[in-house]
Amino acid sequence: MELDTFINQFKSIFEVTPDDEFSGNTDFKALDEWDSLMALETIIMIDEVYEVELDGDDISNSTTIEDLFKIVKNRINGQ
Amino acid sequence: MAFQKIDNVEIVGLAACVPADTVENSELDVFENETEYRKFVEFTGVERRHITKIGVNCASDFCLHSAEQLIEELNWNKEEIDCLVFVSHSPDYKYPATACILQSKLGLSQECMSFDVSLGCSGWVYGLSIIASIISSGKIEKALLLSGDTASFSKSRKDKGTYPLFGDSGSATALIYKEGADGIVTHLGTNGKNYKAIIIEDGGGRNPVTSESLIEREYEQGIFRNRLQTHMDGMSVFSFGISTAPKSVNALLNKFQIDKNAIDYFVFHQANLKMNQIIQKKLSIPDEKVPYVLKDYGNTSSGSIPLAMVVQLNDEINNSNLKKLNMIACGFGVGLSWGSAYFSLHSAICCDLIEI
Repeated sequence: MELDTFINQFKSIFEVTPDDEFSGNTDFKALDEWDSLMALETIIMIDEVYEVELDGDDISNSTTIEDLFKIVKNRINGQ
Repeated sequence: MAFQKIDNVEIVGLAACVPADTVENSELDVFENETEYRKFVEFTGVERRHITKIGVNCASDFCLHSAEQLIEELNWNKEEIDCLVFVSHSPDYKYPATACILQSKLGLSQECMSFDVSLGCSGWVYGLSIIASIISSGKIEKALLLSGDTASFSKSRKDKGTYPLFGDSGSATALIYKEGADGIVTHLGTNGKNYKAIIIEDGGGRNPVTSESLIEREYEQGIFRNRLQTHMDGMSVFSFGISTAPKSVNALLNKFQIDKNAIDYFVFHQANLKMNQIIQKKLSIPDEKVPYVLKDYGNTSSGSIPLAMVVQLNDEINNSNLKKLNMIACGFGVGLSWGSAYFSLHSAICCDLIEI
Protein backbone atom coordinates (compact mmCIF):
# COMPACT_ATOMS: atom_id res chain seq x y z
CA MET A 1 0.00 0.00 0.00
CA GLU A 2 1.09 3.55 -0.80
CA LEU A 3 0.84 6.66 1.33
CA ASP A 4 -0.67 8.70 -1.52
CA THR A 5 -3.47 6.18 -2.01
CA PHE A 6 -4.13 6.14 1.73
CA ILE A 7 -4.31 9.94 1.86
CA ASN A 8 -6.84 9.94 -0.99
CA GLN A 9 -8.98 7.38 0.77
CA PHE A 10 -8.77 9.32 4.03
CA LYS A 11 -9.65 12.53 2.19
CA SER A 12 -12.76 10.95 0.67
CA ILE A 13 -14.53 10.71 4.05
CA PHE A 14 -14.40 14.50 4.50
CA GLU A 15 -17.08 16.67 2.96
CA VAL A 16 -15.99 20.29 3.23
CA THR A 17 -12.26 20.33 4.00
CA PRO A 18 -10.31 21.47 0.87
CA ASP A 19 -8.16 18.80 -0.80
CA ASP A 20 -4.93 20.76 -0.40
CA GLU A 21 -5.17 20.45 3.38
CA PHE A 22 -4.37 16.74 3.20
CA SER A 23 -0.79 15.48 3.18
CA GLY A 24 1.20 12.90 5.13
CA ASN A 25 2.06 15.58 7.68
CA THR A 26 -1.50 16.79 8.22
CA ASP A 27 -2.47 16.87 11.90
CA PHE A 28 -5.90 15.45 11.12
CA LYS A 29 -7.36 16.00 14.58
CA ALA A 30 -6.72 19.74 14.16
CA LEU A 31 -8.94 19.93 11.05
CA ASP A 32 -12.16 21.88 11.66
CA GLU A 33 -14.24 19.04 10.27
CA TRP A 34 -12.71 16.41 12.58
CA ASP A 35 -14.93 15.18 15.41
CA SER A 36 -15.81 11.91 17.12
CA LEU A 37 -18.05 10.84 14.23
CA MET A 38 -15.24 11.46 11.73
CA ALA A 39 -13.10 9.16 13.88
CA LEU A 40 -15.73 6.47 13.38
CA GLU A 41 -15.86 7.20 9.64
CA THR A 42 -12.08 6.67 9.59
CA ILE A 43 -12.46 3.32 11.33
CA ILE A 44 -15.18 2.32 8.84
CA MET A 45 -13.02 3.29 5.85
CA ILE A 46 -9.98 1.39 7.14
CA ASP A 47 -12.08 -1.67 7.92
CA GLU A 48 -13.69 -1.56 4.48
CA VAL A 49 -10.61 -0.90 2.39
CA TYR A 50 -7.85 -2.64 4.38
CA GLU A 51 -9.82 -5.05 6.62
CA VAL A 52 -7.82 -3.71 9.56
CA GLU A 53 -9.52 -3.32 12.96
CA LEU A 54 -8.35 -0.09 14.58
CA ASP A 55 -9.12 0.70 18.21
CA GLY A 56 -9.51 3.99 20.05
CA ASP A 57 -5.86 4.00 21.11
CA ASP A 58 -4.70 3.76 17.49
CA ILE A 59 -6.54 6.99 16.71
CA SER A 60 -5.51 8.66 19.99
CA ASN A 61 -1.83 7.78 19.46
CA SER A 62 -1.78 9.14 15.90
CA THR A 63 -1.12 12.77 15.11
CA THR A 64 -0.57 12.84 11.36
CA ILE A 65 -2.20 10.96 8.50
CA GLU A 66 1.13 9.21 7.97
CA ASP A 67 1.00 7.94 11.58
CA LEU A 68 -2.34 6.27 10.78
CA PHE A 69 -0.96 4.95 7.51
CA LYS A 70 1.95 3.30 9.35
CA ILE A 71 -0.34 1.62 11.87
CA VAL A 72 -2.50 0.19 9.08
CA LYS A 73 0.54 -0.91 7.06
CA ASN A 74 2.12 -2.61 10.08
CA ARG A 75 -1.15 -4.33 10.91
CA ILE A 76 -1.42 -5.67 7.35
CA ASN A 77 2.13 -6.95 7.58
CA GLY A 78 1.22 -8.77 10.77
CA GLN A 79 3.28 -6.63 13.12
CA MET B 1 -13.81 -23.06 18.96
CA ALA B 2 -16.98 -22.65 20.98
CA PHE B 3 -19.49 -24.11 18.56
CA GLN B 4 -22.44 -26.00 20.01
CA LYS B 5 -25.23 -28.05 18.52
CA ILE B 6 -27.89 -28.49 21.16
CA ASP B 7 -30.60 -31.00 20.24
CA ASN B 8 -34.14 -31.54 21.46
CA VAL B 9 -34.84 -27.95 22.53
CA GLU B 10 -37.24 -25.37 21.14
CA ILE B 11 -38.11 -21.74 21.80
CA VAL B 12 -41.87 -21.60 22.34
CA GLY B 13 -42.50 -18.01 23.39
CA LEU B 14 -41.20 -14.48 23.65
CA ALA B 15 -42.23 -11.37 25.56
CA ALA B 16 -40.66 -7.98 26.15
CA CYS B 17 -41.38 -4.99 28.36
CA VAL B 18 -40.19 -1.37 28.35
CA PRO B 19 -40.82 1.66 30.56
CA ALA B 20 -43.78 3.76 29.39
CA ASP B 21 -41.78 6.98 29.86
CA THR B 22 -39.79 8.19 26.88
CA VAL B 23 -37.02 10.73 26.50
CA GLU B 24 -36.69 12.58 23.18
CA ASN B 25 -33.07 13.03 22.16
CA SER B 26 -34.00 16.27 20.39
CA GLU B 27 -34.78 17.76 23.81
CA LEU B 28 -31.44 16.92 25.41
CA ASP B 29 -28.94 19.67 26.19
CA VAL B 30 -26.02 17.24 25.84
CA PHE B 31 -25.65 18.21 22.16
CA GLU B 32 -23.92 21.49 21.48
CA ASN B 33 -26.23 22.45 18.63
CA GLU B 34 -28.83 21.22 16.13
CA THR B 35 -26.14 20.01 13.70
CA GLU B 36 -24.53 17.82 16.33
CA TYR B 37 -27.92 16.33 17.20
CA ARG B 38 -28.71 15.66 13.53
CA LYS B 39 -25.36 13.98 12.96
CA PHE B 40 -25.94 11.83 16.04
CA VAL B 41 -29.34 10.68 14.83
CA GLU B 42 -28.08 10.03 11.31
CA PHE B 43 -25.26 7.90 12.69
CA THR B 44 -26.97 6.04 15.53
CA GLY B 45 -30.58 6.05 14.33
CA VAL B 46 -31.73 6.74 17.90
CA GLU B 47 -34.43 9.43 18.20
CA ARG B 48 -35.97 8.48 21.55
CA ARG B 49 -35.59 5.94 24.30
CA HIS B 50 -37.88 4.37 26.88
CA ILE B 51 -36.30 5.17 30.19
CA THR B 52 -37.34 4.39 33.73
CA LYS B 53 -36.81 6.80 36.58
CA ILE B 54 -33.91 5.66 38.73
CA GLY B 55 -35.13 3.58 41.65
CA VAL B 56 -38.62 3.03 40.21
CA ASN B 57 -38.13 -0.10 38.15
CA CYS B 58 -35.12 -2.40 37.73
CA ALA B 59 -34.26 -4.60 34.75
CA SER B 60 -35.74 -7.49 36.73
CA ASP B 61 -39.13 -5.74 36.88
CA PHE B 62 -39.29 -5.52 33.09
CA CYS B 63 -38.34 -9.20 32.94
CA LEU B 64 -40.92 -10.04 35.61
CA HIS B 65 -43.79 -8.44 33.67
CA SER B 66 -42.60 -10.15 30.48
CA ALA B 67 -42.45 -13.53 32.21
CA GLU B 68 -45.88 -13.19 33.88
CA GLN B 69 -47.51 -12.40 30.54
CA LEU B 70 -45.67 -15.15 28.71
CA ILE B 71 -46.48 -17.82 31.32
CA GLU B 72 -50.15 -16.84 31.13
CA GLU B 73 -50.31 -16.91 27.33
CA LEU B 74 -48.44 -20.20 27.16
CA ASN B 75 -50.79 -21.54 29.81
CA TRP B 76 -47.80 -22.94 31.66
CA ASN B 77 -48.12 -24.44 35.11
CA LYS B 78 -45.55 -22.53 37.20
CA GLU B 79 -44.74 -25.69 39.14
CA GLU B 80 -43.29 -27.19 35.95
CA ILE B 81 -40.69 -24.44 35.37
CA ASP B 82 -37.46 -25.94 36.65
CA CYS B 83 -34.84 -23.48 35.37
CA LEU B 84 -34.64 -19.68 35.43
CA VAL B 85 -31.62 -17.74 34.15
CA PHE B 86 -31.40 -13.96 34.50
CA VAL B 87 -28.89 -12.36 32.12
CA SER B 88 -28.03 -8.74 32.83
CA HIS B 89 -25.48 -6.13 33.82
CA SER B 90 -28.19 -4.42 35.87
CA PRO B 91 -28.83 -6.68 38.89
CA ASP B 92 -31.12 -5.58 41.74
CA TYR B 93 -28.26 -5.94 44.25
CA LYS B 94 -24.59 -6.91 44.26
CA TYR B 95 -25.94 -10.04 45.88
CA PRO B 96 -28.10 -12.11 46.20
CA ALA B 97 -28.55 -13.14 42.57
CA THR B 98 -31.53 -11.37 41.03
CA ALA B 99 -32.71 -14.74 39.66
CA CYS B 100 -33.46 -15.83 43.24
CA ILE B 101 -35.67 -12.78 43.76
CA LEU B 102 -37.41 -13.42 40.43
CA GLN B 103 -38.06 -17.08 41.36
CA SER B 104 -39.99 -15.86 44.37
CA LYS B 105 -41.79 -12.94 42.71
CA LEU B 106 -42.91 -15.21 39.86
CA GLY B 107 -44.17 -17.76 42.36
CA LEU B 108 -42.04 -20.54 40.93
CA SER B 109 -41.31 -23.78 42.76
CA GLN B 110 -38.42 -24.03 45.22
CA GLU B 111 -37.28 -26.89 43.00
CA CYS B 112 -36.49 -24.38 40.24
CA MET B 113 -32.76 -23.85 39.66
CA SER B 114 -32.13 -20.09 39.36
CA PHE B 115 -28.97 -18.11 38.71
CA ASP B 116 -27.62 -14.93 37.13
CA VAL B 117 -25.28 -14.53 34.18
CA SER B 118 -23.33 -11.29 34.04
CA LEU B 119 -23.23 -10.28 30.38
CA GLY B 120 -24.60 -7.39 28.31
CA CYS B 121 -25.08 -7.14 24.57
CA SER B 122 -24.13 -10.78 23.90
CA GLY B 123 -26.25 -11.94 26.84
CA TRP B 124 -29.40 -13.20 25.15
CA VAL B 125 -27.43 -15.51 22.85
CA TYR B 126 -25.25 -16.76 25.72
CA GLY B 127 -28.35 -17.30 27.85
CA LEU B 128 -29.97 -19.29 25.05
CA SER B 129 -26.90 -21.50 24.78
CA ILE B 130 -26.74 -22.06 28.56
CA ILE B 131 -30.42 -22.91 29.01
CA ALA B 132 -30.57 -25.07 25.90
CA SER B 133 -27.56 -27.04 27.16
CA ILE B 134 -29.19 -27.54 30.57
CA ILE B 135 -32.52 -28.79 29.27
CA SER B 136 -31.24 -30.75 26.26
CA SER B 137 -30.80 -33.96 28.25
CA GLY B 138 -34.51 -34.08 28.99
CA LYS B 139 -34.47 -33.99 32.79
CA ILE B 140 -35.82 -30.43 32.80
CA GLU B 141 -38.71 -29.72 30.45
CA LYS B 142 -39.54 -26.03 30.86
CA ALA B 143 -37.16 -23.10 31.34
CA LEU B 144 -37.20 -19.32 31.29
CA LEU B 145 -34.49 -17.03 29.98
CA LEU B 146 -34.96 -13.53 31.40
CA SER B 147 -32.64 -10.94 29.91
CA GLY B 148 -32.65 -7.18 30.11
CA ASP B 149 -30.90 -4.08 31.27
CA THR B 150 -31.62 -0.65 32.58
CA ALA B 151 -28.78 0.51 30.38
CA SER B 152 -29.69 4.16 30.96
CA PHE B 153 -29.03 4.00 34.76
CA SER B 154 -25.29 3.89 34.63
CA LYS B 155 -24.79 6.58 31.98
CA SER B 156 -23.79 10.15 32.79
CA ARG B 157 -26.36 12.62 31.52
CA LYS B 158 -23.42 14.75 30.46
CA ASP B 159 -21.86 12.06 28.26
CA LYS B 160 -22.97 12.67 24.68
CA GLY B 161 -21.37 9.40 23.58
CA THR B 162 -23.50 7.15 25.77
CA TYR B 163 -26.50 8.88 27.36
CA PRO B 164 -28.50 9.51 24.14
CA LEU B 165 -27.80 5.99 22.88
CA PHE B 166 -29.05 3.65 25.60
CA GLY B 167 -32.56 2.67 26.71
CA ASP B 168 -34.15 0.22 29.12
CA SER B 169 -35.94 -3.07 28.48
CA GLY B 170 -36.49 -6.57 29.79
CA SER B 171 -37.59 -9.80 28.16
CA ALA B 172 -38.67 -13.37 28.71
CA THR B 173 -37.96 -16.31 26.42
CA ALA B 174 -39.59 -19.69 27.04
CA LEU B 175 -37.76 -22.88 26.10
CA ILE B 176 -38.87 -26.49 26.27
CA TYR B 177 -37.34 -29.92 25.95
CA LYS B 178 -38.89 -31.63 22.92
CA GLU B 179 -37.56 -34.84 21.53
CA GLY B 180 -36.70 -34.53 17.86
CA ALA B 181 -36.92 -30.71 17.83
CA ASP B 182 -34.57 -28.88 15.44
CA GLY B 183 -32.52 -27.60 18.37
CA ILE B 184 -30.25 -24.60 18.58
CA VAL B 185 -26.74 -24.13 17.23
CA THR B 186 -24.44 -21.45 18.56
CA HIS B 187 -21.05 -19.83 18.17
CA LEU B 188 -19.73 -17.94 21.20
CA GLY B 189 -16.55 -15.89 21.63
CA THR B 190 -14.61 -13.58 23.93
CA ASN B 191 -11.88 -10.94 23.69
CA GLY B 192 -11.11 -9.89 27.27
CA LYS B 193 -8.01 -8.02 26.16
CA ASN B 194 -10.31 -5.08 25.42
CA TYR B 195 -12.26 -5.34 28.67
CA LYS B 196 -11.82 -1.61 29.25
CA ALA B 197 -13.67 -0.69 26.04
CA ILE B 198 -16.98 -0.60 27.96
CA ILE B 199 -16.55 -0.49 31.71
CA ILE B 200 -17.76 0.92 35.01
CA GLU B 201 -14.40 1.33 36.71
CA ASP B 202 -15.33 1.58 40.38
CA GLY B 203 -17.68 -0.28 42.67
CA GLY B 204 -16.40 -3.84 42.20
CA GLY B 205 -13.65 -5.70 44.02
CA ARG B 206 -10.84 -4.31 41.86
CA ASN B 207 -11.61 -0.66 42.58
CA PRO B 208 -13.92 -0.36 45.59
CA VAL B 209 -16.04 2.79 45.92
CA THR B 210 -14.27 5.73 47.52
CA SER B 211 -15.19 9.41 47.68
CA GLU B 212 -13.02 9.79 44.54
CA SER B 213 -15.47 7.59 42.64
CA LEU B 214 -18.10 10.33 42.72
CA ILE B 215 -15.94 13.12 41.37
CA GLU B 216 -17.09 14.19 37.91
CA ARG B 217 -14.38 14.79 35.34
CA GLU B 218 -14.30 15.78 31.68
CA TYR B 219 -12.70 12.83 29.90
CA GLU B 220 -13.11 14.18 26.40
CA GLN B 221 -14.84 17.20 24.99
CA GLY B 222 -18.53 16.80 25.83
CA ILE B 223 -17.97 13.74 27.99
CA PHE B 224 -18.35 14.36 31.72
CA ARG B 225 -18.77 11.43 34.08
CA ASN B 226 -17.69 9.90 37.35
CA ARG B 227 -16.11 6.50 37.96
CA LEU B 228 -19.41 4.85 38.87
CA GLN B 229 -20.75 5.65 35.41
CA THR B 230 -20.12 3.88 32.13
CA HIS B 231 -16.98 4.61 30.17
CA MET B 232 -17.29 3.63 26.52
CA ASP B 233 -14.46 3.80 24.01
CA GLY B 234 -16.82 4.23 21.08
CA MET B 235 -14.11 3.83 18.46
CA SER B 236 -12.87 0.47 19.77
CA VAL B 237 -16.41 -0.84 20.22
CA PHE B 238 -17.39 0.25 16.72
CA SER B 239 -14.35 -1.32 15.14
CA PHE B 240 -14.93 -4.53 17.10
CA GLY B 241 -18.61 -4.72 16.12
CA ILE B 242 -18.22 -4.29 12.38
CA SER B 243 -15.38 -6.78 12.29
CA THR B 244 -16.52 -9.48 14.72
CA ALA B 245 -20.27 -9.78 14.21
CA PRO B 246 -20.08 -10.69 10.49
CA LYS B 247 -17.23 -13.13 11.20
CA SER B 248 -19.26 -14.86 13.92
CA VAL B 249 -22.37 -15.19 11.75
CA ASN B 250 -20.29 -16.50 8.85
CA ALA B 251 -18.49 -18.95 11.15
CA LEU B 252 -21.85 -20.31 12.31
CA LEU B 253 -23.22 -20.60 8.76
CA ASN B 254 -20.09 -22.35 7.52
CA LYS B 255 -19.62 -24.71 10.45
CA PHE B 256 -23.15 -26.06 10.27
CA GLN B 257 -23.60 -25.71 6.49
CA ILE B 258 -26.60 -23.42 6.93
CA ASP B 259 -28.00 -21.94 3.71
CA LYS B 260 -27.99 -18.18 4.23
CA ASN B 261 -30.83 -17.73 1.77
CA ALA B 262 -33.04 -20.03 3.83
CA ILE B 263 -32.84 -17.71 6.83
CA ASP B 264 -36.03 -15.67 7.23
CA TYR B 265 -34.69 -13.10 9.71
CA PHE B 266 -31.33 -11.99 11.07
CA VAL B 267 -31.83 -10.31 14.42
CA PHE B 268 -28.80 -8.35 15.55
CA HIS B 269 -28.13 -6.70 18.86
CA GLN B 270 -29.32 -3.12 18.33
CA ALA B 271 -25.96 -1.37 18.81
CA ASN B 272 -26.26 1.66 16.58
CA LEU B 273 -27.66 2.11 13.10
CA LYS B 274 -24.43 2.71 11.22
CA MET B 275 -22.71 -0.23 12.89
CA ASN B 276 -25.63 -2.55 12.23
CA GLN B 277 -25.94 -1.40 8.60
CA ILE B 278 -22.27 -2.15 7.98
CA ILE B 279 -22.65 -5.60 9.54
CA GLN B 280 -25.74 -6.23 7.38
CA LYS B 281 -23.93 -5.03 4.25
CA LYS B 282 -20.88 -7.21 4.92
CA LEU B 283 -23.16 -10.22 5.18
CA SER B 284 -25.14 -9.13 2.07
CA ILE B 285 -28.50 -9.45 3.82
CA PRO B 286 -31.51 -7.68 2.27
CA ASP B 287 -33.28 -5.04 4.39
CA GLU B 288 -36.53 -6.97 4.73
CA LYS B 289 -34.74 -9.71 6.68
CA VAL B 290 -33.23 -7.41 9.31
CA PRO B 291 -35.49 -5.85 11.98
CA TYR B 292 -34.44 -2.56 13.59
CA VAL B 293 -35.87 -0.90 16.70
CA LEU B 294 -33.15 1.67 17.35
CA LYS B 295 -35.25 4.70 16.41
CA ASP B 296 -37.74 4.37 19.26
CA TYR B 297 -35.87 2.28 21.85
CA GLY B 298 -32.12 2.87 21.39
CA ASN B 299 -29.57 0.29 22.47
CA THR B 300 -31.03 -1.79 25.30
CA SER B 301 -28.09 -4.13 25.82
CA SER B 302 -29.14 -7.71 26.69
CA GLY B 303 -32.80 -6.84 26.04
CA SER B 304 -32.33 -5.70 22.46
CA ILE B 305 -32.59 -8.95 20.47
CA PRO B 306 -35.87 -10.15 22.05
CA LEU B 307 -37.20 -6.55 21.93
CA ALA B 308 -36.52 -6.36 18.19
CA MET B 309 -38.36 -9.66 17.68
CA VAL B 310 -41.36 -8.68 19.82
CA VAL B 311 -41.73 -5.23 18.21
CA GLN B 312 -40.98 -6.07 14.58
CA LEU B 313 -41.77 -9.77 14.13
CA ASN B 314 -44.82 -10.20 16.34
CA ASP B 315 -47.23 -11.41 13.62
CA GLU B 316 -44.62 -13.57 11.92
CA ILE B 317 -43.80 -15.36 15.18
CA ASN B 318 -47.47 -15.83 16.09
CA ASN B 319 -48.01 -17.35 12.63
CA SER B 320 -44.97 -19.61 12.89
CA ASN B 321 -47.32 -22.60 13.20
CA LEU B 322 -48.35 -21.89 9.58
CA LYS B 323 -44.95 -20.83 8.31
CA LYS B 324 -41.86 -21.96 10.15
CA LEU B 325 -39.25 -19.25 10.72
CA ASN B 326 -35.52 -19.85 10.40
CA MET B 327 -33.70 -17.32 12.54
CA ILE B 328 -30.18 -16.12 13.17
CA ALA B 329 -29.50 -13.93 16.22
CA CYS B 330 -26.18 -12.22 16.91
CA GLY B 331 -25.17 -10.23 19.99
CA PHE B 332 -21.86 -8.40 20.50
CA GLY B 333 -20.45 -5.82 22.90
CA VAL B 334 -19.30 -5.33 26.49
CA GLY B 335 -16.72 -7.93 27.53
CA LEU B 336 -15.80 -7.88 24.78
CA SER B 337 -18.13 -10.79 24.17
CA TRP B 338 -20.16 -12.07 21.25
CA GLY B 339 -22.39 -14.89 20.17
CA SER B 340 -24.48 -16.05 17.23
CA ALA B 341 -27.31 -18.56 17.28
CA TYR B 342 -29.38 -20.34 14.67
CA PHE B 343 -32.79 -21.66 15.64
CA SER B 344 -36.22 -22.15 14.16
CA LEU B 345 -39.65 -21.12 15.43
CA HIS B 346 -42.47 -23.59 14.68
CA SER B 347 -45.38 -22.78 16.89
CA ALA B 348 -44.02 -20.04 19.10
CA ILE B 349 -46.14 -17.33 20.60
CA CYS B 350 -45.11 -13.70 20.85
CA CYS B 351 -46.81 -11.45 23.41
CA ASP B 352 -47.60 -7.84 22.55
CA LEU B 353 -45.00 -5.40 23.83
CA ILE B 354 -45.71 -4.48 27.45
CA GLU B 355 -45.22 -0.92 28.77
CA ILE B 356 -45.19 -0.24 32.50
